[in-house]
Amino acid sequence: MQALLDALVTGLAQGAMIALVALGYSMVYGVLKLINFAHSEVFMMGAFAGFYLLNALGGADHPVLAAVCGTLGAMALAAALGVLVERIAYRPLRERSRGRASGNVRVTPLVTALGVSVLLKNVAQLAFTARYKSYPQLFGHTRLLIFVVTLVTMGLLQLLVHRTWTGKAMRALSANVEAARLMGVRTGRIIAFTFAVGSGLAALGSVLYCLDQSQAYPTMGEVIGTRAFVAAVLGGIGSIPGAVLGGGLIGILGELAKLTQYSGGQDVLVFFVLIVVLLVKPAGLLGKTGSEKV
Amino acid sequence: MLARRTLICSSWALVVGLGLLAGCSKPAGGGAASAGGGETIAVGAFLSLTGSDSTFGIDTQQGIELATEQTNAAGGVKGKKIKIVAEDDKSSPQEASIKVKQLIDRDHVVAVLGEVASSRSLAGGQVANTSHVPMITPSSTNVTVTQGKDWVFRACFTDDMQGQQAAVFAVTGQHRTKLAILYAAQDAYSSGLAQTFRDEAKRLGATIVADKGYQKGETNFTTYLEQIKAAAPELVFVPNYYNDMVQVARQAKTLGMSGASFLGGDGWDSEDLLKGAAAELEGSFFTNHYAPDVPWPNSQRFVADYRAKFHREPSSLAAQGYDAAKLLYDAMTRAPDLKPESIKNAIASTKGFQGATGTLSIDANHNAQKPLVVVRITGGKFTYFSTAGG
Repeated sequence: MQALLDALVTGLAQGAMIALVALGYSMVYGVLKLINFAHSEVFMMGAFAGFYLLNALGGADHPVLAAVCGTLGAMALAAALGVLVERIAYRPLRERSRGRASGNVRVTPLVTALGVSVLLKNVAQLAFTARYKSYPQLFGHTRLLIFVVTLVTMGLLQLLVHRTWTGKAMRALSANVEAARLMGVRTGRIIAFTFAVGSGLAALGSVLYCLDQSQAYPTMGEVIGTRAFVAAVLGGIGSIPGAVLGGGLIGILGELAKLTQYSGGQDVLVFFVLIVVLLVKPAGLLGKTGSEKV
Repeated sequence: MLARRTLICSSWALVVGLGLLAGCSKPAGGGAASAGGGETIAVGAFLSLTGSDSTFGIDTQQGIELATEQTNAAGGVKGKKIKIVAEDDKSSPQEASIKVKQLIDRDHVVAVLGEVASSRSLAGGQVANTSHVPMITPSSTNVTVTQGKDWVFRACFTDDMQGQQAAVFAVTGQHRTKLAILYAAQDAYSSGLAQTFRDEAKRLGATIVADKGYQKGETNFTTYLEQIKAAAPELVFVPNYYNDMVQVARQAKTLGMSGASFLGGDGWDSEDLLKGAAAELEGSFFTNHYAPDVPWPNSQRFVADYRAKFHREPSSLAAQGYDAAKLLYDAMTRAPDLKPESIKNAIASTKGFQGATGTLSIDANHNAQKPLVVVRITGGKFTYFSTAGG
C-alpha cells in the first residue's frame, strides 16, 4: 500500500513536469496547427541555460536565490530561443505558403521542425560536449515543489488565455488566422508570443526536471519530448487542461508500471494506452473537433 | 571539446610526422638501417572520438598512442615502425562498419584495433571478419562480439565472467545473502550482467529479494529504489553505465539508502561518476578491468608512463587500449611474417602476455582469460580492493 502511494506521488510530480512540456506542443498546435518537434530541444537548451545560471548564482550556497533567479533566467533564454526558431525557420515558410491550399502547407513546416530539432541537438553537442552535466543539488525532495509550481503555472496560463486580450487574440488566431488578421489582430506578434510562452514553460519544466533528476545532456529532449508529445495528444492537442490531464496520466501510468514485473517495458504500456484512447476518442480525452482551441 | 580534439589531432600529426621524418632520415644515413628502411606498418583503429561516448574513444586512443610510441622507441615490429591510422566512428555502429571497411580497403592496414561499445565492435567485427583482417577489441565485453568470428579477438573478460564474479564477490567474499538487482532492461550489457549475476547468486544460495528492470533512458528511479529499500536487501547490484548511476545514487541518497549498499560493473568506470556522485557512492564496489593503484608492476609502470605523457590519471579504458595494442604488437613480433593469417594465428596462440591490466591468455573462444579487479569508492576515489577469478 505504501509502495502504491509513493508511486502515485512520484507519478504526479513526473506527470506535472511532462505536462509543462506538453503545454508547449499543445499551444503551438492550437495556434498554427504545427507540431513543433524542436520543442524538446528547447527543453534541453533550457536545462543547459539553467545549469550555467544556477552555478553562476552560487548553486548550493544560496539555494533559494539560485533556484528562483536561475529558473527565471533559463525561461527568458528559452523564450528567446523559441521566438528565434519561429522567426528564422517557421515564419518565412508560413509567409510563402500563405493563400495556397496545397498539402505542403502542413508538411513543409513539419519537416523544418524536425530539421531544427536535429540542428539544435548537434549545436548543443558542439557547445556543451556530449558529457552529462550534473546539476547542483539544491533541495532534497523536489516532488511537492514541482507539483505546486505546475499547478500555479496552469492556473496562470488558463487566466492568460481566457481572461486577457492577448489570450483572446490567441484564440481568434486558432479559429481562423486570416479572419483574425482582418479583424486587426497582429498575428505575427501573437504567434511569437505563443512560442515565447511555450518555450518558457519548457525551460521551467526542464530546470525542475534536472533539480529532481540531476543531469543535463544534449539528447535529454528525446525521452521527455516523446512522453510530452504523447501526453499532449492523449489529452487532446490544442487543449490546456488536456495537456495537464495527459501529462498526469502518463506520469502516473509510468510509475505504476514500475511496480509490476514488466517495469522494463514501461513505454510499451504508455503507447498502448495512447492507441486505445485514440481509437475510442480520436481527438484525445478533452479535445473537441472544430471548436475553440489553444 | 574542440580545443581538446585539436590538441589530440595535432599530437597525432606530430607523432605521425615524427615517424615519417625518422623514416625519411634513415635511408640517407646509409645501409645500416636497410632492414627497416622507410617502411611503416599501418595498423587501423576505429573509435568513438566524437558523439555520446567520446570519452571512451579518446581514452582508448591515448592508450594505443602510448603503446605505439613505446614499441616504436624500442625498435618497432620486425624492424619496422608502426603507424596508427585512427578513424572516428562518431559513436555510431553504422559509421563503425564504414570506417573499418575504409581502413582495410583504402589504408591496407594489417590489423584493426577497436571499439569500446559492444554494438560498434559487433558492426566493425563483421567487416573485419569477412575481409579476413584480424581485429582486437580492447574493452567490448558482450559475449557475441567474438562468437563465431574467426578473425575477432578481445583483450578483456566477457559479461558472463564479470556477472558471475560479481556474484561470487557478493555472496562468498562479502557474505551478503539478501540481494537486489536493478538493471536497464533494453540494454544488452546491463541485462546480460544481471542475468549471470542472478543465476550465480542463486546457485551460491543467496536470495534475490527485489529484481527490477528499468526502461533504457529512464531518469526517475525513485519508485524502483523505494521498492528495493522496502525489500531490505544487504547489497544492490546495479550493472549500468555511469550516467545512469549518478542519477540512481543521488535519488537513493534522498531516500536514505547508503552508498555502501551498491555493487556495479565496469560501466561505472568514469571520472564523471566521481564528479556527479562520489559522496553518494562512498563505500560502494564495482568489478573492473583494472584500478590505478592495483599492485602489479606492469600496471604501475603503465600508470607512471601515462601520467608523464598525458598529465592525468589513466582510466581503465586507456589501460585496455594500451594492452590491446601491445598484445597485437607482441603477436606481430611472434608471427613468422606480417600476413593477416599469420598475425591472426599468433594472436590466437597468446599465452601469459604481461599487460597493464594483468597477465592474459587468449582462449579457444578468442576471449582473454585474465584476473578481474574489485574497485571500491573511498574518499571520493577509485581504490583497489581485491582481485577475483583469472
